[in-house]
Amino acid sequence: MNKINSIRKDWSLIETLITEDRKILDIGCGDGGLMEQLENNRNAITHGIELNRDLAANAIARGFNVVNGNAELDLSQYSNNSFDYVILSQTLQAMMKPKDILSELLRIGSKAIVSFPNFGHWKIRLQLLISGKMPVTESLPYTWYDTPNIHFFTIKDFLNLCNEMNIVIEKSIGLTSKGKQFDISESVTGVNFFTHEAIFLLSYKNFEPIKIKSSKKVFAKNSVIAN
Amino acid sequence: MKTKFTTDTKLESEIAYFENINLKLESGDIIDSFKLAFKTYGKLNADKTNAILVCHALTGDQYVAGNNPITGREGWWSRIVGPNKPIDTNKFFVICSNVLGGCAGSTGPKELQNGSDVAYGGNFPSVTIKDMVKAQSLLIESLNIEKLFSVIGGSMGAMQALQWAIDFPDKILNIIHIAGALKHSAQNIAFHEVGRQAIMSDPIWKNGKYFENNEVPERGLSVARMIAHITYLSEDAMHRKFGRKLQSRDIISFGFDADFQVESYLRYQGKSFVERFDANSYLYLTRAMDYFDHDETFRKNIEFSHNPNNHLKYLIVSFTSDWLFPTIESKMIVNQLNSLSREVSFLEIDTDKGHDSFLLEEPQLDDVIKGFLTNNFAKIDE
Repeated sequence: MNKINSIRKDWSLIETLITEDRKILDIGCGDGGLMEQLENNRNAITHGIELNRDLAANAIARGFNVVNGNAELDLSQYSNNSFDYVILSQTLQAMMKPKDILSELLRIGSKAIVSFPNFGHWKIRLQLLISGKMPVTESLPYTWYDTPNIHFFTIKDFLNLCNEMNIVIEKSIGLTSKGKQFDISESVTGVNFFTHEAIFLLSYKNFEPIKIKSSKKVFAKNSVIAN
Repeated sequence: MKTKFTTDTKLESEIAYFENINLKLESGDIIDSFKLAFKTYGKLNADKTNAILVCHALTGDQYVAGNNPITGREGWWSRIVGPNKPIDTNKFFVICSNVLGGCAGSTGPKELQNGSDVAYGGNFPSVTIKDMVKAQSLLIESLNIEKLFSVIGGSMGAMQALQWAIDFPDKILNIIHIAGALKHSAQNIAFHEVGRQAIMSDPIWKNGKYFENNEVPERGLSVARMIAHITYLSEDAMHRKFGRKLQSRDIISFGFDADFQVESYLRYQGKSFVERFDANSYLYLTRAMDYFDHDETFRKNIEFSHNPNNHLKYLIVSFTSDWLFPTIESKMIVNQLNSLSREVSFLEIDTDKGHDSFLLEEPQLDDVIKGFLTNNFAKIDE
């Protein structure tokens, strides 16, 4: 998958996680592409934050509510539970303090949607194993010294962090490098090996978490029926 | 309310007279009758949904576009307002009025006191941004416009736009707030004070009664303008424009002539300002800006207003090199609106042109103004 197709695919999956008539904050919204999609297809009210001035200007000129700013500094201004969904697409690995961001997402939003490239994918593991150098792939196309991605993590790492933070995973979607889609929570083995990109719907709901047999990953009871 | 409209042929401006209206000012003083000079551009549509009020800055006037008969030059925002421009007068009905306390035809210190043949001068009551906006709201009402699509302004104009959002949110749909702030900062008050002192220490000022001898405190007013003009630029822009270049000479004079181009430029700015602006008006309007302070009250005003304001959309714009109204001031407004989860857009434009950027060539400013207006107008048409 090329980068643009991969983003489009990401957006269309994010859309499936979102119900009609919701209020949404898109962090790193670019020129408002996802916001436009969610306004058109989900009748959403959207707000966005974008660090890049030119992209923010484009989004504003296209009529979207976009604040030119830095998510790591500016999220604190939003009130608790002021959005139904807060979306962080393909950027958690570029954050200075991913854990803080994660808790901010769920403070501001009733639910959070987080997507990221899986550093545990077999191609990446293989590259590191064979070449002994930091992997460069289609979804992580930067060299180690010139990359916005400063926190690499795998699905397993992410699940452990969610567990530690008492975050409930309501739904999870995995994509293989060929773009094949599957439900991470239902998959038995090798999830962390075959998932190229992962998308999670998160919340702080007080569900009784259950354990999936394959590993110590924690999922909510309703992970399958969510949405 | 008794309103009467006439045209001032000399100034090519419409004048709205509000007689026996007893406008109560924030200070408690009452102006029984007043007039506002205004210009309109474009046509009001049948549903009256396309009216935009543009608010001018400290030394601006109602001539936002087209020719300005006072200066003989183009209107102060003719780059932005006009047919097919970002504020498109083919589409929108644009109104711009000279502020209360101004000197381009509206009631202010240079105008005659009601029922007398003497100008107000220093007897003019203190006016605030809130008072200016109240007077504007009466003008809009008398034009039979129930709701403005947008209120737009930079600097002191931005203060007015914000005041509209606070006082008359039910009469507007959105504001575009450029290079403004919730409050006038200590540094800004300080610069204004120096400017006022320059005027008041000019012996010709005579407690504001200079007009009695048909005189103008030119020196004081031009120095005030020179100081202010420095604050509208940035060090980078000054360096780019002038550097240490000499004016009409090859070597320095070892005297106090305008050796440097920057000196010559400031002197010219001061001199030409005196020809078009009233010294007393300058005192009153700078004071109005100084008194502007919604630092503590903006959020409460918006949150607990009796007037519905949930529908309001805000576009806030700042400039990287603006040290008079720096980005941090704009961000305070954005933060407070975000904390109420209001529909706000914010852009900091990267430029070295300082506070004056909003009056100058900034393509990104054009783009966001045009896009914000066009898209939001399309939404009300649906």
